[in-house]
Formats: sequence, C-alpha cells, structure tokens
Amino acid sequence: MSNFPFLSVLTVAPLVGALVVAFLPRWRPELAKQVAFAWSLLVLVLSVIMWITFQAGGDRFQFRESYSWIPAWGVNFTFATDGIALVMLMLIAVLVPLVILASWHDAESSKRSVPVYFALLLVLECTMIGVFAAADVFLFYVFFEVMLVPMYFLIGSYGGHQRQYAAVKFFLYSLVGGLFMLAAVIGLWVVGGKTFDWQALTQVDISTGTERWLFLGFFLAFAIKAPFFPFHTWLPDAGGAAPAGAAALLVGVLDKVGTFGILRYCLPLFPEAAKWFAPWALALGVIGIIYAALLAVGQNDLKRLVSYTSIAHFGFIGVGIFAFTTQAGTGAVLYMLNHGLATGLLFLVVGMLIARRGSALINDFGGAGKLVPLLAGVLFFAGLASLALPGTAPFISEFLVLIGTFTVNKPVAVIATLGIILAAAYVLWMVQRTTQGTLNPALTEVEEMRRDLNLREKVVVAPLIALIVLLGFYPKPVTDVINPAVQATMDDIGRTDPAPTVGGVQEAQR
Amino acid sequence: MTELKLPSIDYAALAPILIMLGVALLGVLVEAFVPRRHRHLVQLVLALAAVLAALVMVAVHSDDRLLTAGGAIAVDGPALFLQGAILILAAMALLLIGERSVERGGAFVAQAAVTAESVDDRRQAEGRNGATEVYPLTTFAIGGMLIFVAANDLLTMFIALEVFSLPLYLLCALARRRRLLSQEASMKYFLLGAYASAFFLFGVALVYGFTSGIPGRAAGVDFATVHAAVTESPASPVLLFAGMALLSIGLLFKAAAAPFHVWTPDVYQGAPTPVTAFMAACTKVAAFGALLRVFHVAFSGAAWDFTPVLGVVAVLTMLVGAVLAVTQTDIKRLLAYSSIANAGYLLVGVLAPSRDGLSGTMFYLVAYGFSVLAAFAVVTLVRDADGEATHLSRWAGLGRRSPFFAGIFTFILLAFAGIPLTSGFTSKFAVFAPALDAGQAWMVIAGVLTSMVLAFPYLRVVVMMWLSEPGDATPTVTVPGGLTAAALMIGVAATLVLGVAPAPLLDLATGAAEFVR
Repeated sequence: MSNFPFLSVLTVAPLVGALVVAFLPRWRPELAKQVAFAWSLLVLVLSVIMWITFQAGGDRFQFRESYSWIPAWGVNFTFATDGIALVMLMLIAVLVPLVILASWHDAESSKRSVPVYFALLLVLECTMIGVFAAADVFLFYVFFEVMLVPMYFLIGSYGGHQRQYAAVKFFLYSLVGGLFMLAAVIGLWVVGGKTFDWQALTQVDISTGTERWLFLGFFLAFAIKAPFFPFHTWLPDAGGAAPAGAAALLVGVLDKVGTFGILRYCLPLFPEAAKWFAPWALALGVIGIIYAALLAVGQNDLKRLVSYTSIAHFGFIGVGIFAFTTQAGTGAVLYMLNHGLATGLLFLVVGMLIARRGSALINDFGGAGKLVPLLAGVLFFAGLASLALPGTAPFISEFLVLIGTFTVNKPVAVIATLGIILAAAYVLWMVQRTTQGTLNPALTEVEEMRRDLNLREKVVVAPLIALIVLLGFYPKPVTDVINPAVQATMDDIGRTDPAPTVGGVQEAQR
Repeated sequence: MTELKLPSIDYAALAPILIMLGVALLGVLVEAFVPRRHRHLVQLVLALAAVLAALVMVAVHSDDRLLTAGGAIAVDGPALFLQGAILILAAMALLLIGERSVERGGAFVAQAAVTAESVDDRRQAEGRNGATEVYPLTTFAIGGMLIFVAANDLLTMFIALEVFSLPLYLLCALARRRRLLSQEASMKYFLLGAYASAFFLFGVALVYGFTSGIPGRAAGVDFATVHAAVTESPASPVLLFAGMALLSIGLLFKAAAAPFHVWTPDVYQGAPTPVTAFMAACTKVAAFGALLRVFHVAFSGAAWDFTPVLGVVAVLTMLVGAVLAVTQTDIKRLLAYSSIANAGYLLVGVLAPSRDGLSGTMFYLVAYGFSVLAAFAVVTLVRDADGEATHLSRWAGLGRRSPFFAGIFTFILLAFAGIPLTSGFTSKFAVFAPALDAGQAWMVIAGVLTSMVLAFPYLRVVVMMWLSEPGDATPTVTVPGGLTAAALMIGVAATLVLGVAPAPLLDLATGAAEFVR
C-alpha cells in the first residue's frame, strides 16, 4: 500500500471534485452540497489510510513521488511528507468536511451561486494539501500563491460586512509576502545550482550574507501568512469578513502554512541565518502573544476577537519554533494541529451563533445560554480549549512550548506565560458577555435564537470536541509522528537539546 | 572605381518576409480592382493566408543559421523564433481586425477623410462597412516587423523600422467611433515616432563614425563591424556612447520604455482596439527583438557600459508603469501602463547577458503577446450603444452579467499579476532568474516590488467585476463572432498552457537562443 501515490491523488482529488461541483446546475444547490460533502469524505478516508500506512519510525520523508515538470529549470512535481506535514494534511482532511457541513446554508444568504461556493472550498482544499505535500520549492511556491485565489473569492463573494476591503487586503498582503519569497526562491535556485529539490538544496553551502537575505525573503512571506506581529493586520479584517466556514479554514489551516514553511524551509535551508535571526523572531512571537491578547480583550466583534486570539496563538507557535529545542518544536507542531481543531471549532460555533442572531457584535448577545443551552455549552468548551485548559489538547502543546522554551530562554518563557492569563481574560469575558448573565430582551424577539443545535450542527461539532478531548489525554499517536520530524529539523540546524533540568518531563514524552 | 558586385540572396530563407510584403502589394491591387462588397472577405483571407504561408516557411527554415543579402539580414535562431512569434500573434490580431459581427461594419471607419463629428461621419458610424485598406497596411507592418527582428545592420534596421511604423501611424487613426481621439492618437504617435526615428538615424551616423576608427578595416554599420569596433577600436568611445544612447532612444521608444513611453497610453486608448492589440503584442516583440540583437550582437563588448544605464531605464519603466497604472480609470489606459511595466520586466531579461536571458526574454514576449491579445479581445466585447465601454466604473458587476467573459478576463488579469499556473508567472521567472544569475539582484528586487504595486490595479478590476453590484450603466458583453472568439480562446489557452506546461516553448526558445554574427 505504501507504493500508492497518496499525495498526488490527495492533491488532485479535491480539484476534480471542485470541477464536478462547479458544473452542477445552479438551481439544484442541494445536490452540489451533497456531492462536495461526499467528495471531502472520500479525501478524508484516503488520508486516514495514508496516516495508517505512514511508518512513524521510518524514513523522515515518506510517500515520495517525483515527476518531471519543467526540465529547463529543474522543476519537478515532487511530493513527500514528513510527520509535520502529515499531521497538517490530516487536519485539512478532517476540517474540510466539517466546514462544508457547517456552511450548508452560508452561501444562500448571498445572491451568488451556491455550487461555486462549495467548488471554491474544494479548490482551496486542493491547494492546501498541495502546499503541505510539496517537496519541491517551486511547487511549494506555486501552491502557496494559488491558494490565495479561492480564498480571495470566498471572502470577497460570500463574506459579510466590508468583504471587498478585507478580500483585497488579504490578497495584497499575501501577494507582497509571496513576491518577496519569489525573489528568494529564485536566489536560492541560483546559489543552489539550479535545482528546486528540497533535499538537494539543504546540502548547499550558502555564504552568510546571501543566506540571511534569502532567509528574510522566505521569513517575511511566512510571517505575513502566519501572521506574526507586526504583519498581522490583515487577519482580523479577513477573519471578520469571511464566512464562518472559510474563516475556520483560514486560521485553522491556511495560516499554518506560514509556521509550517518556517519549519520546513527557513530552518533546514538557512540554519545559520535562522539562528542569527532567532532572537528577533522570538521577540516578535512574544510581542504577538501579549499584544494580540490585549487587543482580543477589547474586541466587540466575535469573529475579529477569535482572529486576534489566533494571532496570540501564532505567537506561541513562533516562540516554540525559534526556541530550537525538540520539546518546544514538538509543542509548536502539536499547537498547529490543536489550534486548528480548537479555533476551527470556536469559529464554527461563533458562526452558528452569528447566523442565528444576524449580528457578530457581542453587545447584541447576552444571556444567550438561556435560549440555546447546548450551543452555549459548546461555545464554552471551545473557549476553554482555546485558553488551553488542562484536559483539552491545546494545554499539552502550550505546556510543551513553554517548558521547551524555559530550558533555553527563561525571560521569553516567563513573558509568554502571561499570555495564558490574558487568554483566560478574553475567552471567559467573551463567554460571559454572550451566553451568560441576564438575558438580552432583544434576543427573545429573534426567532432563530430559539433553535438550539440541530442534528447537522451536532455532527459538525462532535468530532472536533472528541478529538480535542482525546488528544488532551492521549496525544501519543500524534507526538510519535511529529517527534522524529522535529528531531530531524533540529539536527538540520545543528541544535541539540540542553541537558534536562526537569528530567521527568522528557522521560514522560518518550 | 571599384566594381559593385550583386550580393547573393538566399530567397528561400527570406521567403517569410517576401511573402508578407508581396501579399501587401497584392492587397493594394485588390483595393483597386475587386468590387467593394467582396473586398473584406478577399483581403482577410489573403492576409491570413499570407501569414500562414510565412509561418510555414519559418517552420521549414527553422534550422537555418545564415547571413544573406550581403549580410543585411540574419536568419538565425532568435530571428526565426521571433518571426514565428510575430506571425502567430499577428494572425490573432488579424482575426480581431476582421471581426464584423460585434459592431456593424467592423471596428474601422469607412472613410477616414470625412470630417470627424460631421453629419457624414455620424452616418458612416451607423454601419457602413469599414475601410479594407487596413489589411494591406497591417500586412506591410507585419512584413516590416519580420525584417526588423532579422536586420543585421543598422540601416536595414532603420528601413524596417519605418516600414512597420508608417502603417501603424495610419492604422491608429482609423477608429470608427471617437474619431477625434483616434486622430489625436495617430498624430501623437506619428510626431513622436518621427522624432524617435530621427534619434535612431543620428545614432547610426555616430556609430558609423566610430567604426571608422579601426585600423585596417572599412567603416560600416553591419553588426559584425560594429562589434569589432567596440572590442578593438582604439578610438575614444565618446562617439560610441553617444551613438548607442541615440540608438537606444529610438528602440526604447518603440518598446514603450520610460521615459520614452508618454505616447503609449494615448495611442493605446485612441487607436481602434484590434490595432491596439496588434501593437501591444507584435510591436513589442519586434522592438525587443531588435533590442536583443543590437545589444547582444553589435554592442555586446560594451555591456559593462550600457547595462547600468539601461538597468536604470528598466527600473524607471517598471516604476512608472506600475505606479501610474494604479491611478487609471480607463481599461485601455490601464492596460497601456501595464504594458509599459511589462516592457521594464522585458528589459531586465534583455540585460541578462546569457543564453538563458535571451531565451527567457523571447519566452516572455510570446507569453505576454498571447495574454495581452486576449485582454484586448475582451475589451472589444464589453460595449453599449456608443461602442466600447472602456471606463472602469462601467465594468462594475460585469461578473454577474456575463460570468464567462468576466471569468476569462479575471484569469488574464491574474496572469498579468504573475500568479502561478499562468504564463505571467513562468515568464516572470524566465526573465528574473537569469538576471539574478548574472548578479543583477537590484533589478529583480525592483521587479518584485513593482509587481506588488501593479497587482493592485489588476485586483481593482477584479473587484469591480465580481464584488460590485451591477448598475444601470453596466454594459452587456456582446456575444463575439467566430473570429474574435477564436482569437480570445487561443490567447487564453496559451496563457494557461504556458503557465502549466512551459517546457516545450522554453526548450524551443533555448534551442533558438544563439545569434549568428
């Protein structure tokens, strides 16, 4: 089974599905939704088979495929996945069907074609899978840029208030980063002997000055994508304007391309530069944690609030990556997965609330728990997961990041820990103002607010809740896959973990 | 008195040129002798047949590497590649020119001599068939371009420049509607073009003077002599530099590079859209073909001297094109500024002194030509009762009215913005990579920065079309006739194919990328 071309099939399948869905008749939206959902389930099944086939203790890169594309430039369709990419591929495969299910009626409120909405979601899935599966720098860049197009139309055509502004801002920000990366990609190609093969490029010796410039080119693109402070201003706009399902994918997966790119490209390709810039990157991460958390406390728009919490979480991931310890690195990758689950859930639940109320403003809610207890409960749970309550999956990753950082950089770890307190503030205050307290009389007049979660919505949230709890207690299946890949990445930059000061933790991990 | 000997002429190798010029003359006779109602069809078929025949001859002779006509014409890889490119793009432009179902009588005025805005003028605008002189004029222009990219001495190059420029000046004035604008465009283009030609000629004279300095060798303006003089002449290089500068002005004018670009927006806007498409695609190929030959063959020995200056011109061109494109409100002017910026990117390729640079530039020319033709083809279709609706505000909500054409135009705009899987991305890579390889990182950085700026106006059009609500003023998109549809589809297909699978054309360009000196 391991000879099956999983990665290329996984990349192409959603695209085929998108074409099918796009050409379904416009007047039969139900059919389009069902086909899109079935197709994404198919991708999920295939991904699960791939996950089972993946040998956690085996080669670093598995399922490698390579086909010639543009020989004149040494470009190949090379796909391969390590543990980090595998986890992200799995996250995509799990989230997309749930998002499709959650967005069942989203596209109907706009006057636009419903099949196209679902086709765009599938195109987005294709590009997202491609970007994580690529092992050729050129191919990675192609997916990295093309990914913008479906997301642009999802936000611009189906989004809410200020969608045009948000879509253009999202596109331009990402394009700016992407073009800097293009210059760096070409530079890498020139110094690397005109090849785009990732493995060959890691062997290249680059002079210090060039290496730093190339690192910056890549890092800028990823820092905008992730986004790290101070390149984050597009995310609250995009996240606030995007339809809830697309927003869940945007922060849940799309932004992970940034942190994934740093791990896969910035560190192994430019190890010396990465070490040189690490203090700066750590500083950006820490500032992001505190700054975004403070802004999140002050938000009055639910989707913008969730967007700001994500920026804070990306600060944690950045700190974990640039601490250069296996623990922190594993924590960062685990964080990428858990954040995708927790924030994905939070966005979807918030989307359900907003769809019922017809407003995203926190002031328009109040005491909603009395009308929709189940929904309020799920929101509370998603909030707790987001603030990394022990017992939920994000706790493990956040904890790993913090202890992994503490062993090498105490001030950063201490400041970052403040972020946890702020997280409690913004989550609990948000929950309190929306679902707890006295019932806002205006809510009772909204017919929709009287309907609690229906079966479809329960099906959407149940798997995510289950995964968050499961991984909160038993993360081993995932850490087993992540650990060797992170270890290899640390080897690439020539960092070994310091002798453990709290010996038990490392033991427990192994 | 020395005896003059007739140079030997390889007629077979010159066949594409001879076919085009011969058919152009035939076209003049058709104007004289064929009855008016048949002329349009006869001329269109004749012109297309000539282009196809010339294309076949280019293909047949694709392995030729020789100098002929006394060294005045070089039939080598780049010449044949660019001639092929010009012919294919010209065929598409001819399809647009020949279209008569989108507008009654076609895009061209019936009688250019009728006073603009007069009663007669309004009558002819109503639907009298357009003048068929456009076909011989276009065919002459194509013939001139074919010589231009193959010219192996500066005088031949000058003659070719005039042969393809003069018909273009006329063609610009032949728009059926907005005739004052069209005539103004033509006048501007003609006057500035005449200046540019004069500059070119002065440059030729100065270079000739410089070549007289080589001991034991006769002065001349053929590229071999110029090359020898540049590398060997002990004379002071002042004449050379002045000559190079003047020559460059003449060529950069045609290429629409800043600061010699000011005619471009006015002419692109005023000229009939099919002619604009023809100029944006074919003139660009011809001008850059000549630039490549002059700088790679004749002056290659002075690369250290001209590269910084032309590099600054390239950066300036990108900046001017990108920044001014942001402020445009007319789609044709926007595309004009975009074409200026693209001239800057092409110059980056020209200045990369390697085989990759040469092949990359040629690839870019072809890829851009297809996209820009398709873009203007869409512009001809978006119209209301007064002709084309080119003001951007009128395009609001077009995506709702006709999603198919808005989709196509979006795709072309994404290609212009350099999004991967379109030819815009591969062609940018094709010129930036050799430039970076040659250590010209500053030009590449400038290219990248201006690409970002340029993305904004493109995106604005996309926003207009898709994210704005259609208003009462939103025009409908005319269903194109077969000719326009064919040109459009070829352009879009090429934009996609060259983005997804550029390898065959790249290999072709790389194989052709060697000049004969």
